[in-house]
Amino acid sequence: MRVVVLGCGRVGSALAHLMSREGHEVTVIDRESSAFRRLPPDFKGETISGMGLDVDVLKEAGIERADAFVAVTEGDNRNIMAAQIAKTKFGVPKVIARIYDPIRARAYRELGIQTLCSTALGAGIIQDLLEGRPSRSIEEYEGLAKEFGA
Amino acid sequence: MFVIVVGGGKVGYHLTSALLKGGHEVLLLEKDAARAERIQEELGEIVRRGDGCEMRTMREIGFKRADVVAAVTGHDEDNLVICQMARRYFNVPRVVGRVNNPKNEEIFHLLGVEETINSTRIIQSLIEQEVESGEVVPLATVAKGDVEIVEARITDRSPAVGKALRELPLPGESLIAAILREGHILQPSMTTQIAPNDAVIALCRPEEEPDVRRVLEGKPKT
Repeated sequence: MRVVVLGCGRVGSALAHLMSREGHEVTVIDRESSAFRRLPPDFKGETISGMGLDVDVLKEAGIERADAFVAVTEGDNRNIMAAQIAKTKFGVPKVIARIYDPIRARAYRELGIQTLCSTALGAGIIQDLLEGRPSRSIEEYEGLAKEFGA
Repeated sequence: MFVIVVGGGKVGYHLTSALLKGGHEVLLLEKDAARAERIQEELGEIVRRGDGCEMRTMREIGFKRADVVAAVTGHDEDNLVICQMARRYFNVPRVVGRVNNPKNEEIFHLLGVEETINSTRIIQSLIEQEVESGEVVPLATVAKGDVEIVEARITDRSPAVGKALRELPLPGESLIAAILREGHILQPSMTTQIAPNDAVIALCRPEEEPDVRRVLEGKPKT
């Protein structure tokens, strides 16, 4: 599949590497070209230096032909906005946004954006390790988010 | 009105002052502690420190009670999220979003935030409004796109020159709001005659603009 990844931080670069290794067409966007140093030397995908909230940069990254778009910048709001642009303006079939804030993750999931809350996942998994329990499903971890925050 | 302004930069600060002078109840929310403290010294207790995208903050500040939430931070993504959350979770009747990147204005509208302010576009219109004589130039669109404000510089060849306002066959609800003549702003009456070199400020519906053009300038826009 053709994937556009916004954000070449730890998660973005790792994801880009994994997907590219499986033979998918990957394009990574980051506003700092130094971030692309995180990619392995044999990375076969494309890199675009630019602002992921700018529709022209997204078009340059091939969002109009993309099968999937993943927003994993450090900013929750940037990820939320980029994901909505991908889904609503460009109609990308699969859109995922990593959101740290459990409340916003749940809020935007209700609005139809597939959000991944690393906070809920992290806290839940560590709890399992501490209590010696087997892992739960993603839905169960995401469901924990209801219990944090306001 | 109770207005919540999110973003304590220059725009938020001046907007808050202006709203206070206008007699409204205002709360200004600023994320950065140092900046919040500085503004608090000038504007007082109406400044609160907090992130306008955090549900807890929105609840504590009283988004539920707000008549208007104005998201005027320097980041479009923050303004978008503030507006969307305010509308969806607190049913705020009006949300206004500042848009820094002109390309995002369309995105905001697409994502349900219709009231946006894009200073780049406004300044661009101001620059481009350097009107050639004999041209009708749109200055701004207001009232959610229902109303246009246009400026026409009248020349000798204009069909409107020498005519009183009541003689002008303006379409529908279009009207002449003001005439700028030799540095003065005139509030015209129906008997005021249009003179050469007048700058006529008219209000009309967007679909009436070609007819207004025809009446003031003499030819429709191609």
